[in-house]
Order: sequence, then C-alpha cells, then structure tokens
Amino acid sequence: MSAVRNFFHAIRVRLGKLPKWAQILLWALAVLLVYLLPIINPPLLTTTDSDFASVLFSCAMYSLVAIGLNIVIGYAGLLDLGYVGFFAVGAFTVGVLSSAHGSIPLLIAFPIAMAVTLVSGVLLGAPTLRVRGDYLAIVTLGFGEIIRLVLLNTQWLGGASGIANIPSPPSWAIFEIPHITWQGLTAFVDLETTTTFLEFTVVDAVPFYWLALTLVLIVLFLDWLMQNSRVGRAWEATREDEDAAELMGVPTFRFKLLAFATGAAIGGLSGALFATRQGFINPDNFSIIYSVLFVAMVVVGGQGNRWGVVSAAVLLIWLPEKFRFLADGRYLLFGLALMALAIFRPQGLLPPKRSVRAKQAEEEEQEVLEEGTARV
Amino acid sequence: MDLLVNQFWALTITGLAIGAVYALVALGYTLVYGVLRLINFAHSEVFMWGSFAAVWVLMGVGATNASGMGVVGLLVLGFAAAMAASGLIAIGLEFFAYRPLRKRNSPPLIALISAIGASFVLSEAMGLRDKPFAALGLEGLQEYVGRPRENLPLPRLIDAKPVFAVFNYNVTNVDILVIVSALVMMVVLDQFMRRSRLGRGIRAVAQDPEAAALMGVNRDRVIRITFLIGGIMAGGAAMLYLLKIGVTRYNAGFILGVKAFTAAVLGGIGNLRGALLGGFVLGVAENYGSAIFGTEWKDVVAFVLLIVILLFRPTGLLGESLGKARA
Repeated sequence: MSAVRNFFHAIRVRLGKLPKWAQILLWALAVLLVYLLPIINPPLLTTTDSDFASVLFSCAMYSLVAIGLNIVIGYAGLLDLGYVGFFAVGAFTVGVLSSAHGSIPLLIAFPIAMAVTLVSGVLLGAPTLRVRGDYLAIVTLGFGEIIRLVLLNTQWLGGASGIANIPSPPSWAIFEIPHITWQGLTAFVDLETTTTFLEFTVVDAVPFYWLALTLVLIVLFLDWLMQNSRVGRAWEATREDEDAAELMGVPTFRFKLLAFATGAAIGGLSGALFATRQGFINPDNFSIIYSVLFVAMVVVGGQGNRWGVVSAAVLLIWLPEKFRFLADGRYLLFGLALMALAIFRPQGLLPPKRSVRAKQAEEEEQEVLEEGTARV
Repeated sequence: MDLLVNQFWALTITGLAIGAVYALVALGYTLVYGVLRLINFAHSEVFMWGSFAAVWVLMGVGATNASGMGVVGLLVLGFAAAMAASGLIAIGLEFFAYRPLRKRNSPPLIALISAIGASFVLSEAMGLRDKPFAALGLEGLQEYVGRPRENLPLPRLIDAKPVFAVFNYNVTNVDILVIVSALVMMVVLDQFMRRSRLGRGIRAVAQDPEAAALMGVNRDRVIRITFLIGGIMAGGAAMLYLLKIGVTRYNAGFILGVKAFTAAVLGGIGNLRGALLGGFVLGVAENYGSAIFGTEWKDVVAFVLLIVILLFRPTGLLGESLGKARA
C-alpha cells in the first residue's frame, strides 16, 4: 500500500513543480480523455458483455448520487439510508412534467425536478433531523420506502407500470465522430459505428454520458466551493461535536437541514438524468437495496472525500458490469469485496485529508499535554 | 373502516401472530445494538438461513401426515434445526464480519459496510445453492437445492384448525402456537438476562465496556454469546414464520429484517421488552392500517407509525437501554 502511495506522492510532487500553464493543460487533457473514453474504448477498461457507453453513463450518474450523498453522510455526518427516495422524486418529477401529465421541455423540467427534490428534502428533514444517530438511519430508510410505495400505489403516477415515453434532451446534430475498435493492441477507426455530436438517441449512450459527465464536473466544482466556505466549516463542526458546535453559535439544525436538502437536490438531478436516459421508469427502479448501495459507495470511497466517493461509485458500478460473465455470482463477490474492504481498508479507498484546522487543533492539544507533563 | 370494525379481532390476532415473529427477530437487533452499538444488517439473513434449515430437516425426515405426538416431535425438530443453524450462522457472522473490525478499532460506519457485505454474501450463497451441488454431480438433491431463486415450501405439518372463538374470529391452533411459543421464548430470554451470570455480563458490557472489562468480564466471549442468543431467537422466529406463512426463499429475510428492525427501534433499541412491545404494536398496527387504507398501504402505515412515534418519543416507546435494565 505504501509503495503505491509513495508513487502517487512522487507524481504529485513532480506535477507541482511544473509551471501553472502546464498543469492546467494536463488537467484539460485528462478531462478530455475522460470525455473521449466511450469513443476510444480502451481495451482493458471496456466492457465486452454490455454497452461501454451505457456503463460509463451509469458510472457518471451514480457518481452524481455519491457526491450528493457524500454531502449528507461525509460532510454533515447524517446516516441517510433512504437516499434512493430523492433519486425517485427527481426521476418522477421529470416523468410527470414531460410525459405523463405535461410536455414541458427537459431543460425546464430538470431545474424543476431539482427544486422539487430540494423541497422534499426540507420536508423530510425538518421533522426527522432532530432524531439523532442510528434512529435517523431507520427513519430515512422508512421514508425511502414510503416514497417507493406511494409511487407504486398512486395511479396518477402510473402505479406499478410507472411512466413511459420520457423524452430525450434536445439535439443539435453537428458532426459525426467515428469510434475506435481494438484488435489486440492495435487500434482501428471504425467508420461503421459513429456518434453524432450532439444527438440524444436511445441507441447511442455517448451523448448522455457527456451530459452526465458535464453535470458531474459542475457539481464537483460547486461541492468544492461549498466545502471550503463557512457552510462547509459549520458542517465539519456539527459532525465532529454537535453540542460544542451549538455552543459556538453554529445553528446546527439549520445546517443539517441545508446538507440534507442540498444532497437531496443532487440526488434529484441524477434521478432526472436516469429518467431521460431510460425513457421509462417504474417504482421497481427505486428499491431500498439501492439506498444501501449508495451508502456503500460513500463509505467505501472514504466519507468526506469527493474524489474518493466518485471513484468508489465508478468502481462499484463498473466492476459488476466488467465481470458480467460471472453472471449470478457477481453479487456474492460484491459482498465479499465489501467485507474485505471493511477489514483491510476501514478508512475507505481515499480517506479525506485531515483539514488544516483539525491538524492544528491536534498539535495544540499535544503541546498542552507536553507542557503539562513538564510542569509536573 | 367497516372492515376494521367487522374484522377487528381477526386483524388483532393475526397481527399479534406476525408481530411475535417481528419481535423475536427484533431481539437479535436489539441485543447486538445494546452491546456493540451496531446495526447488524445481516441479521435478516441469519433468520433466512434458519428457515431453510428447518424446511430441509423436515423434508429430510419426511414430515407429512404425522399425527398426535408425531407432530409435536416434528415441531421440536424444526425448532431445533432452525435455532442451531441460525445460531451457528450468527456466530460465524460475528467471527468473520465483525471481530476483525473490532481488533482494528474501525470507525463505526465501516462495520455497517461489512454487515451489508455479509448480508449480500449470505443471501446470494443461498440464491446460488444449486451451483456447488451441480458441480459435484449430486442430482438427487434437486428437491432441496433445485430452483434456488424460487419459494421453498414447508412440508405440511399442521392444518390451521379453529380452536376457540374470540367474538367473531375463530382463533386457530397455528395462531396460538405462534404467539405462545414466541412469548415463552421471550420470557425465558428476559429471565436469562436478568438472573443468570452471563446475562449480567451482557448487561455490564452494554452499559460500559471498559468498566466491565476491568471487572473481569470477557468482552469477546460476551459478544459471541450475544450473537448466539440473537441467532437462536431468529431461528425460533424462522420456524414460527414458516408455520404462519408456509414458504421461504433466498431473499425472504430482507423485508422481514427491515420490519423487525423497525420494531426494535419502535420499542426503544437496546431494550428487550421494548422489542417485544414494538413487534406486537407494529404487527397489529399494520393490520389495522391495511384494513383502513387497503393492503397495499400496509408497509406505509408501519413506517409512518415509526416516524410519528420517534418524533414524540425520540428513543422509542420504552426507550431504555439494555445496560440500564435492573436485575
């Protein structure tokens, strides 16, 4: 493990020495590469048994979920086992507005879906966030299940069959990009399969992936801004010691509610993405087991580290698809992997760096302790 | 509403019967929570494995058309099989999924991940149970392990016969059996926790692990026994569930586990009598709710009840922890 860490550390030091413009250029290249993944189909990464672009889209969509839930669990320290409920609210809002009971264009339906989930987050959070710790887990679990059952039993929302014919985002077909296929390690340009920039069709998942990835990048940026603001500090204080934070004048309840609602809105956004990509949604898409999977993403990635949770989301979605040939056995292996991870890497794949403030506090405490012993 | 009035006693008594099953499974959650402050997410699979063990053993001895004492013997056999299997699985779960974490002082949420992983492993292992047998070429066991994703029925043991009437509802022998056996198990457990040396040890660890260790309580042993007891209760619940419902399947534990955990929280998690009360309240309230709003809203009623109770009594109905219960 430490060899790997040293390797990455060495790379980071090297990169840090480069001039600013070169760093920005490298970042841009990396992002471009990620955008082009479904076009390039890199041999080891690509999935043979399912459409690679669709898998990538799922990865991006669930990354969004993980970023949202990371705000709730990682930053604010609230264990939410009903997050799939918000995902469902987002998806069904888009479904209702654009297909079942209206034909509002998606560009307007998306922000409305986020607003609706934000409000639902406040509505669910206001009564429940006063409950602490593990009780919160079961209450949110209950809420997630209530949302699914309400969807299932309300005919206005389509009942068990759900909502179909959800439109794709508007397209502007400009030019075509040929895909690349690989035979062994030689690349060929495949002129037969092309992706039209930017045409959203059911057959081609690549534009959906680009859309999802763009949203992920935007949300990551906003997430970074939030965590480094007064709000982020208030969350950290509340998470570490709620009573102390309250005494220091942090309105902890209001900040917990803010975290809950922000997380919910991001969950709603990813739900909306899911709805437009699938074209049809039904309550079965939103069972409790997804909430469990979402929590697994955040904890596996290292709660509180946005890159950690994103990579965990990508891994947890990509691995079962990559090993689809194992068919039935892959969930068994998934379970074993979770157990192994819990035992051998309990802090998650990429644990968050201790914030500067936390380190300072610890050092000061250490100094006080040392002085104390010196005096005795 | 008419349905509720007309069927009041039927709803109450069947609610108590299913509530008894919830309560027994809830005990497992509550005990482990009391001692380790951990939601044992995989407890529902302990229950599921117990139910399969009971069905297999009863199929193995050819349990149909027995009468009189034969039925009693088969029932005892079924209980023993379920309890033994569940107890073993629970101990194994503690050994493989939780003990390694405790040794490393992992953060609390990571235990939840290990529990989720173990839950996947246990339920998928049951869902894939035909694979190892097919690989070994043991075709004769199809009856037991074939069609692993389908329902496996309990051999017909006893027919539900009305015994006596409460107002307009005929209480059946199965209802009585389920409720009485659950109550007996719970009274025995309650007395065990209050009076025995081991019970005192468990309560001591629940109250203050460090002080208990200083007083000479072996924490690891106490934890193992706590899991064992939870498993045995889940095994008993599995047998009663089979008598009441009649079938089991590889994912039968999940929803039941969620309900049982709800019952534990409802009564006050960490509190044994609370789990009993929570189970019965949940079972009965669900039934009333489904009579008023329709069966499809049954689970919604259960969860709304939970949320409402937690809002007004944030630590559950009885809200006292395992450690504070007096001997």
